[in-house]
Amino acid sequence: MTALARSIGIKLGQAIGLLLAVVVVVFVLIQIAPGDAALYLAGEQGAGDAEFLAKVRAEYGLDRPLLVQLGAYIGNVAQLDLGNSTYFGEPVLGLILDRLLATLLLAGAALLFAVVIGVALGVFTARRPESPASHGVTVMSLVGFATPVFWLALMFIVVFAAKWGILPVGGIEDVRYEGNWLGETIDTLQHLILPAISLGIIYLAIYSRLARASMLEVLESDYIRTARAKGAHERVVVYKHALRNGIIPVVTAAGLQIGNLLSGALLVEFVFAWPGIGQLMIASIFRRDSPMVVGIVIFSAAMVILANLLTDLVYRLIDPRIRVGGTR
Amino acid sequence: MTDLGMAIESSVETGGRGAFRMFLRNKPAVVGSVVFILIVLVTIFGPGIYGTEAHKMAAGPFLGPGDDAGPLLGTDYLGRDILAGVITGGRTTLFVAAVAGALSMGLGLVVGSLAGYFGGWVDALLMRFTEIFQAMPSLLFSLVLIYLIGPGTWKETLAIGVTMWALPARLTRAEFLRLREMEFVKASRAIGSGDLRIMTRTILPNAMPPLLVAATLLVVIAILFHAGLAFLGMVDINTVSWGSIMGKNRGYTLTAWWTVAFPGLAIVTTGLSIALIGDGLQDAFNPKLRGR
Repeated sequence: MTALARSIGIKLGQAIGLLLAVVVVVFVLIQIAPGDAALYLAGEQGAGDAEFLAKVRAEYGLDRPLLVQLGAYIGNVAQLDLGNSTYFGEPVLGLILDRLLATLLLAGAALLFAVVIGVALGVFTARRPESPASHGVTVMSLVGFATPVFWLALMFIVVFAAKWGILPVGGIEDVRYEGNWLGETIDTLQHLILPAISLGIIYLAIYSRLARASMLEVLESDYIRTARAKGAHERVVVYKHALRNGIIPVVTAAGLQIGNLLSGALLVEFVFAWPGIGQLMIASIFRRDSPMVVGIVIFSAAMVILANLLTDLVYRLIDPRIRVGGTR
Repeated sequence: MTDLGMAIESSVETGGRGAFRMFLRNKPAVVGSVVFILIVLVTIFGPGIYGTEAHKMAAGPFLGPGDDAGPLLGTDYLGRDILAGVITGGRTTLFVAAVAGALSMGLGLVVGSLAGYFGGWVDALLMRFTEIFQAMPSLLFSLVLIYLIGPGTWKETLAIGVTMWALPARLTRAEFLRLREMEFVKASRAIGSGDLRIMTRTILPNAMPPLLVAATLLVVIAILFHAGLAFLGMVDINTVSWGSIMGKNRGYTLTAWWTVAFPGLAIVTTGLSIALIGDGLQDAFNPKLRGR
């Protein structure tokens, strides 16, 4: 087995252990929270005497010792069974997967927008540290950091839809393109623009400042001076030599912030009626659909853990110095 | 106290005072501080001075800002005064954010300092524990906690504070790891200081600068968090907050933009003022990074 494969194997093992720990923590939280699930279930079915409660407990396995319940729960999760939604009466995982594509599309587009434009702005301003654009990046990053994403989304709706009427403001597609492949794609992209920019612009603000600070530091380093001294073209120095190291903090931040991105996506999905996992989460909370709520949290944690694994792989691609057991 | 200990601690003091002077020379940071103090004063005294209650009908519905018949910033779909809402709406949010920020800072300090100072299996165990909380998207985690324990000011504070402590924990750990090998810590140990004393009196004061900056960030994040929860309607529906005003008026955004725009601007202004303070602190403690 190669060193790379082994280190990926170790990381994969750690990721599975982490997910297991998340499941345990969620289970413990549900146990220590006030309220009796059996009482609630019995109430839903319109009865509350002791005999009926005992029947409900037996039916849902609530009469078993806690550790046995935990073991059964982990066993189910391991078999990709997150239980059944009490509202839909269908498996939770399937309902989540139905919504996954919409959320990935939104979060992915926002992240792409933020990283590409953020890095471009960072590189541009790092080469002109005292320019107005450079100070603009600092101000913008602070404003972006302090802006509620859902408010920005609502303001975009006011300006782009109410005032100018140029972009759709809700949902993911119109019915009128049903069956027309090209029309549907263009239509979905049009619906994607405002939600993705609302979500991405805040990260754009943060990443541009990060990229600028990192590029400023890298451009001062010895190896860049060497590259310039040997007569490399400035463009090659900046985009080939410096950018490769300068982009690492942005990759780190993007990887660490996947959880925040999903949190932001939840609010944006709510505002734009985007049919993703976040919207399902909010609706499930109002319906008191516990298996759904718990399932979404565990699923999101799995997505974050997976994203962290991918970030780790991206590091290896960018920076060959990071080898087995490297911690950057 | 021994002379050496005194010398160590007084040198920290001078560093602090120098940083304070640097902070005062930083114009954006001073503006941020002044604006933040004003906002706090308005939230405390404003509602009493302004008089109109935020949750009561004050005039006709949907009056625009500047409309002669209505209050300065207009009214919402029930004729509630938006300006009154903006003035009152900061109370709960700022309180929750401050306490949640302090809670997560406290948790992070305890976990991070133990992990960084003792290292080894303590560090490994505590950091694995921290990773669990980092893996769950914080807003979703907060939502689940409120779902489980119900809304209410203290419960909301708990639900926000518990989800944010991983950041200060990691920062504290890194600072403790760095500082525990320094000469002055070894000196303190050599004169016989116990672990607790070294952690709280020798290392902690020197670890404070990045932690103070992190604390300002945490408060901003907590403000956005509470606003988000209120916007979704997950907090106590009887308290008026910036987020809840926007949440209740969401359906009328297209007809009455002012009902959403002004409470949001209040959040941006508050968050920005705190972020500017944090930025000023960062520059004051670490002049090398100025302007980055």
